[in-house]
Amino acid sequence: MTVQETARSGEKKSILGKIRESSRLQGLTLISPTMLYLSLFMIIPLLLVIILSFLARGPYGNVVYRFNFDNYIRLIDSLYLKILWYSLLTAALTTVITILLGYPLAYYIARVSANQRSILLFLILVPFWTNFIIRIYAWIMILRSEGLLNTFLLNIGVIKVPLEIMYTPTAVLIGMVYEFLPFMVLPLFASLEKIEMNQLEAAADLGAKPWRAFMRITLPLSLPGMIAGSILVFIPAMGMFVVPDLMGGAKTILVGNLIRNQFLTARDWPFGAAASMLLLLLTLVFTLVYTRRAGFGEEYLV
Amino acid sequence: MAEFAVELRDVVKKFPNPGGGEVRAVDHVTLRIGHGEFFSLLGPSGCGKTTSLRMIAGFEWPTEGEVCIDGEAMGRTPPFLRPVNTVFQSYALFQHMTIFQNVAFGLEMEKASKDEINRRVGAALEMVQLTGMDKRKPKQLSGGQQQRIALARALVKRPAVLLLDEPLGALDLKLRKEMQLELKALQHQVGITFIYVTHDQEEALTMSNRIAVMDKGKALQIGKPVEIYERPNCRFVADFIGEANFLTGKIKEVDKDNVTVALNNLDFELVGIPIGTLVAGQSVAVSIRPEKIRLAERPVQGIGGTSEAKNYFPARVITSAYIGSDTRVIVDFGPGVNLKVWEQNKISTLDPRAHYTQGQELWIYILPENALVMPEG
Repeated sequence: MTVQETARSGEKKSILGKIRESSRLQGLTLISPTMLYLSLFMIIPLLLVIILSFLARGPYGNVVYRFNFDNYIRLIDSLYLKILWYSLLTAALTTVITILLGYPLAYYIARVSANQRSILLFLILVPFWTNFIIRIYAWIMILRSEGLLNTFLLNIGVIKVPLEIMYTPTAVLIGMVYEFLPFMVLPLFASLEKIEMNQLEAAADLGAKPWRAFMRITLPLSLPGMIAGSILVFIPAMGMFVVPDLMGGAKTILVGNLIRNQFLTARDWPFGAAASMLLLLLTLVFTLVYTRRAGFGEEYLV
Repeated sequence: MAEFAVELRDVVKKFPNPGGGEVRAVDHVTLRIGHGEFFSLLGPSGCGKTTSLRMIAGFEWPTEGEVCIDGEAMGRTPPFLRPVNTVFQSYALFQHMTIFQNVAFGLEMEKASKDEINRRVGAALEMVQLTGMDKRKPKQLSGGQQQRIALARALVKRPAVLLLDEPLGALDLKLRKEMQLELKALQHQVGITFIYVTHDQEEALTMSNRIAVMDKGKALQIGKPVEIYERPNCRFVADFIGEANFLTGKIKEVDKDNVTVALNNLDFELVGIPIGTLVAGQSVAVSIRPEKIRLAERPVQGIGGTSEAKNYFPARVITSAYIGSDTRVIVDFGPGVNLKVWEQNKISTLDPRAHYTQGQELWIYILPENALVMPEG
């Protein structure tokens, strides 16, 4: 549209004209669909949960509109604190184990030829084609007392009595690591792939043995991926309830299970909302502390 | 101390070809590089110069032959155990470290004390005139400064040999010329053997004590800059270094110092000096540098010490370009044979008669020692 046309057109057109001139308005226009979606489906529900957490449960599971702090006071109980502590521990362990397992894998994928690389990355994504619950049931088939693993170990005579893995914290950890491993491998791969060979050659040239070159060059340069991966694993691991439900049995209850039970089984929505807020707060604090100390890794990005 | 700082003994390097088979990147190269020498590997891309350098550094191992550093056969010694350091083409500075940390890296690997590291890093930064930059990150420096840091990082280790892989390639022309002189001065100051890879012939001529001209994995000629330029031993070297006119012909006569060549498609006989052994009847190429051809209004007897009017030929000006210091003339020397002739403008004048005009008839004269006769191909 030429300048003359813009001048001739009415009120409606001049808004378009303004957007064309201002890069700030252009930016706002572009993010408006996302903003709308997020405010409708995230910010408003979140506000509702916050409000709900200060209300009370009626005798029949209904919500009574009486402002109080009882839900939060109830949470400060050794039972719930233990659940929280255990959730933190499980999420942290899951993150550490996915780093330990995922790093060599990501390193390998980043170093093979381009052809092999796309095959390996494809294989990492293949499990997502099947429903998560079904894959967890597959793990149950493997791990249970008369499952594949025990049958195999009994038959080759390594053990005499079946291992009790199912319905223990170990089973929960196995399931969680399995579920979250790709979320660690992919960002790690992305940052390892970016490291140029000549950086390692320069380190070797200056007298660094392979291990020291790894510690001084590869590891710091892959930190952005490790940080991104840790955030992607830790946060959803904190709220996970499917894996402990199916693989942890009645003994293993995480904060995710607690919240779900309050909403669905106990029908105590206000208390569930308070527990949700606590989980949100804890995750936020942990992520903040972590990224403050390690950064989001952007300063390492070249 | 061994006789040579670096020696390549009949080295071959083969790489597997992605399409099957193998490529010979380096093909039976033998080099002997003396202590304190500034030695250049010069050639077009893919000639094997960088592969040769990488074999000295230890990033590649020879398929055949041996690389020796200070008389010691290197075999499969890894880079971190070799007494050489490299300045990489793209500098390969550690982006996540400060300038100080970059330069200190090599000393930390030697487990030098904190005091020594501080002292030597300080001295290295002073040497490349970048004192006070130590807390910055490489990305905050200009290309020329990054180049100096790469140099300081390698030199702080006090290597026996410094390997430089096209270190000035990314700099603009003016900075490159400055750095050439600086590098040369620095090499003089530290007295370390420099092995310098470049595809820029002017750079190699300016800086080197000796040059190896490489093509297709082979070292074609090894010699001082003046030898490489004035007495190229084959057509490739004559063509790659500087500018040259090439005429083809057959040897008519060989006497003690000179050969007479009957030029193809021309009625002329040209007297030149032989490169290598030539026999009568052999097909040859004659290489003549454009600045070594003289233009004259008429044949002059006795010029250049010859008593007869040999190597005088009539010619006609096709184009003439005045470029300030020189006038670059292209003359027609016979059917389809053109010669580039560069003449220095020794006299300052605005007189149009002093400059050549298109179609002007004149004579060209070529001193026999300026016509290099070499086997064709």
